[in-house]
Amino acid sequence: MELKYPAHVQAFADEVRAFTRANLPPETRDKVIRNLRVPREEQIHWQRKLCEKGWACPAWPKEYGGPGFTPLQRHVFDNVTQEEGAPAAIPFGESMIAPVIMAVGSPEQKAEYLPKIRTMEYFFCQGFSEPGSGSDLSSLRCAARLEGDEWVINGQKIWTSMAHHANMIFMLVRTDSSGKQQEGITMLVFSLDRPGITIRPIITMDEGHHTNEVFFDNVRVPKSALIGEPNKGWNYAKLLLGHERTIIARIGQSRRQLRILKDFAASELEDGAPLIAQQRWRDRIAAVEIELLALEVTALRAIAIQEENGAPGVEANLIKVKGSEIQQKMTELLMDAVGPYAIPFDEEHGFGRENEPSIGPELAASLAPNYLSTRVVTIYGGSNEIQRNIVAKTLGL
Amino acid sequence: MEFKLTETQQLLQDTALRLMREKYGFEQRKEILRSPGGWSKPLWKEYAELGLLGVEIGEDFGGSGGSFADVAVVLEAFGRGLAVEPFLSTVIISAGLISSAGSDAQKKAVLPKIASGEMLVAFALGEPGSRFSPYNIVTSAKADGGDVILNGKKAVVIGGNDADMLIIAARNAGETHARDGLSLYLIDAKTKGVDIRAYRNTDERGAAEITLESVRIPSSALLGQASAGAGLIDAALDRANAALVCEATGAIEAVNELTLDYLKTRQQFGRPIGKFQALQHRMADMAMTAQLARSVMAIAIEYANSADAKARAWAVSAAKAQIIQSAQVAGRGAIQLHGGIGMTLEYAAGHYLRRLTAMEKMFGDYDWHLTRFSQVQAAGAA
Repeated sequence: MELKYPAHVQAFADEVRAFTRANLPPETRDKVIRNLRVPREEQIHWQRKLCEKGWACPAWPKEYGGPGFTPLQRHVFDNVTQEEGAPAAIPFGESMIAPVIMAVGSPEQKAEYLPKIRTMEYFFCQGFSEPGSGSDLSSLRCAARLEGDEWVINGQKIWTSMAHHANMIFMLVRTDSSGKQQEGITMLVFSLDRPGITIRPIITMDEGHHTNEVFFDNVRVPKSALIGEPNKGWNYAKLLLGHERTIIARIGQSRRQLRILKDFAASELEDGAPLIAQQRWRDRIAAVEIELLALEVTALRAIAIQEENGAPGVEANLIKVKGSEIQQKMTELLMDAVGPYAIPFDEEHGFGRENEPSIGPELAASLAPNYLSTRVVTIYGGSNEIQRNIVAKTLGL
Repeated sequence: MEFKLTETQQLLQDTALRLMREKYGFEQRKEILRSPGGWSKPLWKEYAELGLLGVEIGEDFGGSGGSFADVAVVLEAFGRGLAVEPFLSTVIISAGLISSAGSDAQKKAVLPKIASGEMLVAFALGEPGSRFSPYNIVTSAKADGGDVILNGKKAVVIGGNDADMLIIAARNAGETHARDGLSLYLIDAKTKGVDIRAYRNTDERGAAEITLESVRIPSSALLGQASAGAGLIDAALDRANAALVCEATGAIEAVNELTLDYLKTRQQFGRPIGKFQALQHRMADMAMTAQLARSVMAIAIEYANSADAKARAWAVSAAKAQIIQSAQVAGRGAIQLHGGIGMTLEYAAGHYLRRLTAMEKMFGDYDWHLTRFSQVQAAGAA
């Protein structure tokens, strides 16, 4: 049994599924399913396929080259492609900075950035967090001052994911320290290939290089890097983070993991019988499946509310909290399913030497690194504690 | 149950903690992980010289004839320091098995060398299809003249990466899954036909997949009685799990201290983040769970070497099930409360999570111990 969409939506879901199966290269799908890194070329190849079909940047309206999906179509598109093992879109360009540019960017900026984000010629990273400014993001200190026709930037950003693959950055800088801390923040967009920028890798506990520190030493960028108005960056950041929250839920990805778990539990034997024959395993899988179903319907309800009000409501926070917790739960269940083979750290298999035989079952190889790296989903995009604070606030507490 | 340390235990604890403090700092540990084999041979020598490798080994064989409670303080310190030397595989599991079941010749050949740090031994029990079932053994032992021929595959052999000797669990009679018909053999790891694929685990300790292909060994390699291996396997598993409980208790307390310190120093919104109630409650849960860990550690120590197999299974499985719960609350909580910094390889919190995560799946996971505990209880009630 699965959730049924209305007939016209179901037809669209079927179309997306058929397209994905026909156009997604098996080697890319295989990497996604095994939680391996998808090389940039393969990511771009898939994006180009979507461009040809007119489906790239599914959240974008037609006037900027998007498909003009309804929010419901977009939801279906994201989930079906994720379920089918398509690489998730890198959110920084198409899902985070693009909506801000559409809302407050100049005509020149729209013409310059949006088409190249769509084709992934521009690969963005996000310069928000700083060593002293995590949950309290608006206390950020990385500063920019206007000198003639240029901004001069000095300071440091941290947790800059993908900076080592990116060629563009959007960032928040301090341009005024006189008033409230939220009021002196400005958003800039510029290319990373300029003197004074140093990118230093941060290796995470899964031994992967996903994120970085970025240092700015008298970095000069043109005045036109400004997005919207000076000192209004905080408002744009809030708009952008709202988008990030629903992306982090990754419902389709959890569905895919659930299917992998079910298949594995049906084939893995314990004392001669498959795991799935144990009531304990059936209950455990059912519990997470029900949670996922409730989350998906919540996402659908949030979409209906968004279609009516034009903006996501408090459901975005709930979706982030629940979606991230379910993702972690899936990595935990998969580790439980492979049993003793969750112990080896098969990192050579996971990071680039995937042609060697894995130590245990193929599925097990990337599970420990994936379990470790997935601890971050309840931290980033506004920690789940921060999300709960926001929910409490909307309740009038 | 004893809650106070004896004078000997106090001394052992001071020694082990001092070693961890002085030789196992974060940067020093990084060096150790990078060294050949990924653990410290010089430190292993030092453990031997300080008597840590022979705590439980009899005085006749170069040890000091101590109890599990004595070695428990060392294990706890090693958990706290995230030590990666093959102590669990060699000292706890293998020396324990040989001490209780070995012939005089086997004891003489191996135990003094374990105590002096000259020999490493690993217990090859699990198999690729066995999951956690200790009797689900396909590896065969067949008599051939005066010799025995071993054939089979062994999976995730903790310490198998560097072992000089291996204790192989094999079937010489009975159906797969049967508790009867299992025997243990103590063999040289370099015997012809033994193939070892070494790797490291999530907790940075080593392990191996081992293939045995027509491995010919003398019948004197038998450890204990033929076809009576199951009782020895049970005892070895209980000792291993009791040891993991002690190590994890040390690791949980250490990661809690690290987290508490961070909550008191990290400033956001103009105050230490520990001033926020949501974080206080999570830290309080972590502190409470560490107390439960210490309590089940006392149970595990009490029963680790008990001759009453049923009581031992009851106690050790209860302790292991609870320590897994505590490890999850503390390990995952520590990362969440630290935020981004907790995710990095350059910070200790993630290494504690890795240690605790591997511990969960060694020698029976939560389900396995839950089932075992409830079966003992049901049998007792019947």
